[in-house]
Amino acid sequence: MEEFSRRIYGLENEYGIMCTLKGQRRLSPDEVARYLFRKVVTWGRSSNVFLPNGSRLYLDVGSHPEYATAECDSLLDVVAQDRAGEYILDDLRISAEERLADEGIRGEIHIYKNNTDSAGNSYGCHENYLTSRTDDQSRLSDVVIPFLITRQIFCGAGKLLMTAKGPLFTIAQRAEHIWETSSSATTRSRPIINTRDEPHADAEHYRRLHVIVGDSNMSDYATFLKVGSMACVLRMFENPEIDFRDLTLESPVRAIREISHDITCKKKVKLKNGKEMSALDIQRIYLDKAISYSERFGFTEEETRALQMWEHCVSTIENDPLQLETEVDWVAKYHLVSRYSEKHNISLGDPRCHLIDLQYHDIDPTRGIYYHLRNKNIMKTICSEEQIVAATTTAPATTRAHLRSQFITAAQLKKRDYTVDWVHLKINDQSQRTVLCKNPFKNVDDRVQKLIDSL
Amino acid sequence: MTEKIRKSVSTPEESGAEVVEDISVGKNAHAENLKADLDNLLDEIDSILETNAEDFVNSYVQKGGE
Repeated sequence: MEEFSRRIYGLENEYGIMCTLKGQRRLSPDEVARYLFRKVVTWGRSSNVFLPNGSRLYLDVGSHPEYATAECDSLLDVVAQDRAGEYILDDLRISAEERLADEGIRGEIHIYKNNTDSAGNSYGCHENYLTSRTDDQSRLSDVVIPFLITRQIFCGAGKLLMTAKGPLFTIAQRAEHIWETSSSATTRSRPIINTRDEPHADAEHYRRLHVIVGDSNMSDYATFLKVGSMACVLRMFENPEIDFRDLTLESPVRAIREISHDITCKKKVKLKNGKEMSALDIQRIYLDKAISYSERFGFTEEETRALQMWEHCVSTIENDPLQLETEVDWVAKYHLVSRYSEKHNISLGDPRCHLIDLQYHDIDPTRGIYYHLRNKNIMKTICSEEQIVAATTTAPATTRAHLRSQFITAAQLKKRDYTVDWVHLKINDQSQRTVLCKNPFKNVDDRVQKLIDSL
Repeated sequence: MTEKIRKSVSTPEESGAEVVEDISVGKNAHAENLKADLDNLLDEIDSILETNAEDFVNSYVQKGGE
């Protein structure tokens, strides 16, 4: 089994969109999407483009703008590239609002990095991890699923849910929308992990683990920890000397909801072997395993940082989960919503509380509540403003994304017609020259340089 | 508790200095600072929220994604 000293990560976020005037819906999501993407179509002659920072931006099923980060081999890059997506979409919002004004249409556009609307529809945040082709897929599922179900206690984005018993503050946005353990589909059944086999790399050597179950995070800290803790679990899994205890849940789909509905994180869920454990118990088992792995084999520098953050979160939750308000999205949101409701003497079911829940995810820095927390230094950050702004135009330097970025930038500059995807770079002229880049770790390639030089 | 204790900073140098200050004033004071900052935000929050909350929230309907 191959062990990776480096690993490729990527995040895909589907955004929700709305255009309102004085609180009333002004345009349909389809219309908003058209306004937002006009600038994209002008630039790339399509609503499905790869950008100079190596990312992919397109209109997904259901008129959701989707931003998929470039291939990153560092956790810091994942956080910066993911946040850069928010900046890029907010820039599209500004242009679209100007266009609306030019056409005499009054209204403001909102773009949300969340996973649910008010009618119970859901859209996702998918994580990608490059793994070895030789991995035993069924063993991988057994190992990662209990981890993925329970990590919401520090990765959840929080959701005020209306239930038959009244309003309930829940931990994870996606918990109500996951219906299967693993599947090759994403839309119909919404599995925890997706088994479709498109590695966007040499399929002889690599597989791409596609995780569907996570929430979109606003907190830098949560994004770093979400991807970093999973990286630690995968590294342990890939080591043949490591055995995992069987923590298979009796019903993962029921457990994810039960855990989400318990902000103490301590209520027990049923395991297949008849035992009962809380999400916190299960996370503690994975964490302790990672700590002893770290002492025996060591992790990379970034994984070690993620491990420390993981330990901080699990230890704090053991004491009091509500102390993680500067790190964890659901806790920050919980404090905002509950203190607002106390201050105004209203119930959690009041529309104003739901509005806070929603506006936490608005990516406009003036309207979005997370951005107010960030700009007041209330929430911990991982990336500086300079790093994020740089990531809007610059690809990660150490992966294939760098080659794509150089090619797109050069072709745009020379006004050449080109086509790119994750693995191909192609000039659309008579020669139809195409370079296939199968290795996502390779950031230097003579063939690509020749192609660029010929432009 | 409504007095603003920490100001938002934008440069790395300033935020570095602030971390040191937070450690020196200890954990309880840090928690108090946080509480004060959140109080400030809660005081301001109505000015950034849409006034017509009910219609606004109900207007937010998407198609499913993935």
